[in-house]
Amino acid sequence: MSEAVLERRDFLKLTIGASGGLLIGFYLPGAASAVAAAPDDVFAPDAFVRIATDGTISVVVNHSEMGQGVYTSLPMLLADEMDADWTKVRFEPAPVDPAYNHPIFGAQITGGSTSTWSGFEQYRKAGAVARAVLVMAAAQQWNVAPEKCATANGFVVNSATGARLSYGELATKAAGIKPPEQVALKNPKDFKLIGKPQKRLDTPEKTNGKGVFGIDVILPGMLTAVVARPITFGAKLKTFDSAKAAAVPGVRKVVQVPSGVAVIADGFWAAKRGRDALIIDWDEGAMAGFSTKSQREEYAALARQPGLSARKDGDAAAAIASAGKKIEAVYEVPYLSHAMMEPLNCVVDLRADGCEIWVGTQFQTGDRYAAAQIAGLKPEQVKLNTTLLGGGFGRRANPHTDFVSEAVHVAKAAGAPAKVKVIWTREDDMRGGYYRPAYYHALAGCVDGSGAPLAWSHHIVGQSIIDGTGFEKVMIKDGIDDTSVEGVADMAYSIPNISVQYHPTKNGVPVLWWRSVGHSHNAFVKECFFDELCAAGGKDPYQMRRALLANSPRERGVLDLVAEKSGWGKPMPAGRGRGIAVHASFKSFAAHVAEVSVDDNGKVRVHRMVCGIDCGQYVNPGIIEAQIEGGAIFGITAALYDELTFEGGRLQQSNFHDYPMVRMNDCPEIEAHIVHSSESPGGMGEPGVPCAAPAVANAIFAATGKRVRKLPIRMAEAV
Amino acid sequence: MISFRVNGKAVSLDVDPSMPLLWALRENLQLTGTKFGCGMAQCGACTVHIDGEAVRSCVAPVSRAAGREVTTIEGISPDLSHPLQRAWIELDVPQCGYCQSGQIMSAAVLLREKPHPTDEDIDEAMTGNICRCGTYPRIRRAIHRAAELKAAGGAK
Repeated sequence: MSEAVLERRDFLKLTIGASGGLLIGFYLPGAASAVAAAPDDVFAPDAFVRIATDGTISVVVNHSEMGQGVYTSLPMLLADEMDADWTKVRFEPAPVDPAYNHPIFGAQITGGSTSTWSGFEQYRKAGAVARAVLVMAAAQQWNVAPEKCATANGFVVNSATGARLSYGELATKAAGIKPPEQVALKNPKDFKLIGKPQKRLDTPEKTNGKGVFGIDVILPGMLTAVVARPITFGAKLKTFDSAKAAAVPGVRKVVQVPSGVAVIADGFWAAKRGRDALIIDWDEGAMAGFSTKSQREEYAALARQPGLSARKDGDAAAAIASAGKKIEAVYEVPYLSHAMMEPLNCVVDLRADGCEIWVGTQFQTGDRYAAAQIAGLKPEQVKLNTTLLGGGFGRRANPHTDFVSEAVHVAKAAGAPAKVKVIWTREDDMRGGYYRPAYYHALAGCVDGSGAPLAWSHHIVGQSIIDGTGFEKVMIKDGIDDTSVEGVADMAYSIPNISVQYHPTKNGVPVLWWRSVGHSHNAFVKECFFDELCAAGGKDPYQMRRALLANSPRERGVLDLVAEKSGWGKPMPAGRGRGIAVHASFKSFAAHVAEVSVDDNGKVRVHRMVCGIDCGQYVNPGIIEAQIEGGAIFGITAALYDELTFEGGRLQQSNFHDYPMVRMNDCPEIEAHIVHSSESPGGMGEPGVPCAAPAVANAIFAATGKRVRKLPIRMAEAV
Repeated sequence: MISFRVNGKAVSLDVDPSMPLLWALRENLQLTGTKFGCGMAQCGACTVHIDGEAVRSCVAPVSRAAGREVTTIEGISPDLSHPLQRAWIELDVPQCGYCQSGQIMSAAVLLREKPHPTDEDIDEAMTGNICRCGTYPRIRRAIHRAAELKAAGGAK
C-alpha cells in the first residue's frame, strides 16, 4: 500500500479526469442517502472497481489487511465475475465512507472472520456489473447486440467476427453508460479464479520493506510521542514532575492527556528517554489490590451459585445426581494479550479545520467518529487512512477506540496544528489492556450404561467483552453475552441432558475479542471434557465424537477427514500420544489431531498437527492453508506458553521474554486439509485456532494419562 | 557525528550515539522496512546486517555502526531478485508481513554461511525471529527453495 488512499472526491476526479477511465459502483442497500450526488457521467460514488485506460483494474477493499489475505480474496471475487486479466488487478484500501460499511454490521469494521463471506456477493456483483457495462460499450462500438459479445481475460470478444477490445480500451466509452440494475452471477462451475490458488497481491511489498504499516508513516515536521499510562487499570494521575523529562535532548513538550502523560519529542528514542525520566504520582484506585489469585477464588465461589441459563436440555443435575459415576472438573484459562508484531501506534495531523489520521485499524467508523468528537470536528472533517496492519487478532477493532482516541488527545494537547505519531512500546502494548478475558469453567458430567455421555453441566464464569460497549444492545440477550458461551451453549453433540450457565463478572481489567473470541476457551473446555467423558465410558474419542455428531454432517465430515489423514488408531513413535478435537465457529467447521510427547522434565513437544477445515465454498486455498497453519500455531502458543497474571493490581508480564511465542524450533509439522464444498462460504481467520489447545491437551492424556485442565499447560498441574 | 554506510551509501548522522540503530534507520534515514517489535532483542523484527552479520538493531547502539557497512531489507536487492525474495514470493510466505523483513535478513546470513541448510540449521538460525501470524512452515520451505534458486544461479 505505498500509494496514498484516495478520498472519494480525488477518486472521481482521477477517474473521469486524468485517466479517462471507468468507475463502476453500485449503491448498497441503505447506503445511498449517505453518499454525495455523483456527476452524471459517473454511475455511483461508492466504487469498488476502477478501470484505467491502460487496463489496470483497481479493486477498492473495504476490509483491513492484517494477514488474512483480504487484499487478494476480495479482488479475486470481483475479477472472476468481471472476467478480468488477474495480472492487471491491484488493490486499494477503501476510504472511510458509509458506502464501504460492512454489509452486516453497518459500520466499517473488519472482524468476526466475516470479510470474505460478507463480501462474497457484494464483490461478485460489482464485478458482474462492470463486465455488463464493458460488454454494452463494446456492443455499441461494434453496433451489435450485447448478447453477441463474450468476455475473457480482460477482453470483450465479438462472437461473430472474433474482434477483441480490451477493458482498458473500453474504459472511456463505458464511463458514459448507465449500468444495469440486474446482473446475473456466474454459475460456480464457471469460476476461473474463485476456488483456485492465486498469489497474494501484497506479497512483493511485504518482501522488500516497502509495505507501509501505521508505524511507518512519516509526515514532514512530525513529532513522536510516548505515553506514560496508569500502573494499574483505572489509576488516576495525581501529580507529575516533567522537569527531567523536558530536559532530555529532543523532547519538545510534556502534556497531560486523559490516558496519562505524553512526552512529545523529535523521535521515538528521545520520547522514550523522556518518559523514563518522568516522575508520576498515581492514585492506584480500585484495582490496586487486584490479583489473579483473588480473582480465581471469587470465580470459584461464583461457579457454585446458579448462573444465567444459556442452555437447558433435559435435566443434567438429576441425571448426574443419580449416576453411579460422575466426573467433576474445573478448567481455567488466563487473560491473554493479542501481541501483534506491530505494537499499537497512530499518526495524527490535527489542524483547526480538520484532522487526518493514518492507522492500522480494524474499526474505521468508530475510530473516525471518536477522533471527530475529541477534535471537535464533524466525522467528515476527519480523513482516516487505513495502512497495512502488522497483525490485528481483534486488538485493532476496539469499540473503546483507545489507541486512536489517545493519539488525537495527544495532538490536541500539543496544540493544533500538530503532527504526532504515538508509538506504544511492546511493554505499553502488553500492559495496555483489552485482553482475552480469564475464564473459570466448572463442569460435571456422567455417562450412561453403554458408556455414552448422558449429562453435561457447565458453569462459565468470566467477564463479558461486550458489556459497556455500543454492541451491548445487539449482542447481550437476557444478560448473556453470546461471545462468553459460544461454542458450548450451541455444541452439536447429541447429549440428552445439557445445562450451560453463565456468570458474568465485572472488574477493571479491559477485555476484548481475541482471535476466535469465546471459542478460544470454550472449545478447549468442551473438547477436553468430552474426552474425559469418553475415557469414563471406555470409548474411543474419535468414534464417540462421530457417534454423537450423527446429526451434524459438517462437523462429522471434517472429523472423519482428520482421523483419516492423521492415521487415527495407527501406531506412532514410542512416547507419543494423539488427541482429537472438533469445533464449529464463524460459520466454518474445524477438526485437529495433534501428536505430542512429554519429556521427563514435563516439557511438551507438539510434533504434528493434522488440521481439517470445512469453510464452505472457498476463495483462495493458498490463503486458507496459511490461515490454518497460522491459526494452529496461534492456538499452540496459547496452549503451551501464555498467561497474563496480576499481583497488587500490576500486570506481571511485559514482553516476549515472559510472554513467549511458538518459534521456528518448536513449530510442529502442520498439515492443512480443506473440505471441497459448495455450501455458502464461512469464516477463515479464526476457525483454525480453537481446536489446537484441546487437541494438544487430549494428546497429552493419550501419551501420559494425565489430564490438562488449565492453560497454559504445565504438567505439574495436570491431574 | 556518526558516519557509516547503509545499503552502499555513505551517511553521517548527528544523533545520540546510544540511540539504537533501529531508530536511526527508521527515523533519520527513513528506511522503515526494518521494524520495531520488542525493543529487547526478543523478536528479530529489527534484524539488519552490520558488515554481513545479523544484528538486532533495536538494542545495538548506532555508534556500533560507525565506519561499517549496514544492510537493511531495502538493500538486499533493488528488484526483488534476491533468492530469498523470489522464494518468499513463490511460496506466498507473508501474512501480515510485519516480521518478514527481519525473517529475510536472518535467513540471508544463514544462506550465505550454509548454502544448503538442514532443518536443524534453519531452527538454529531462525528461532530468534518471531512470527505471530505463524508463517514458520512456509518460511522453512522458502529457505529450502531459496537455497535451490541460489544454487541454480540466482545468487547475487
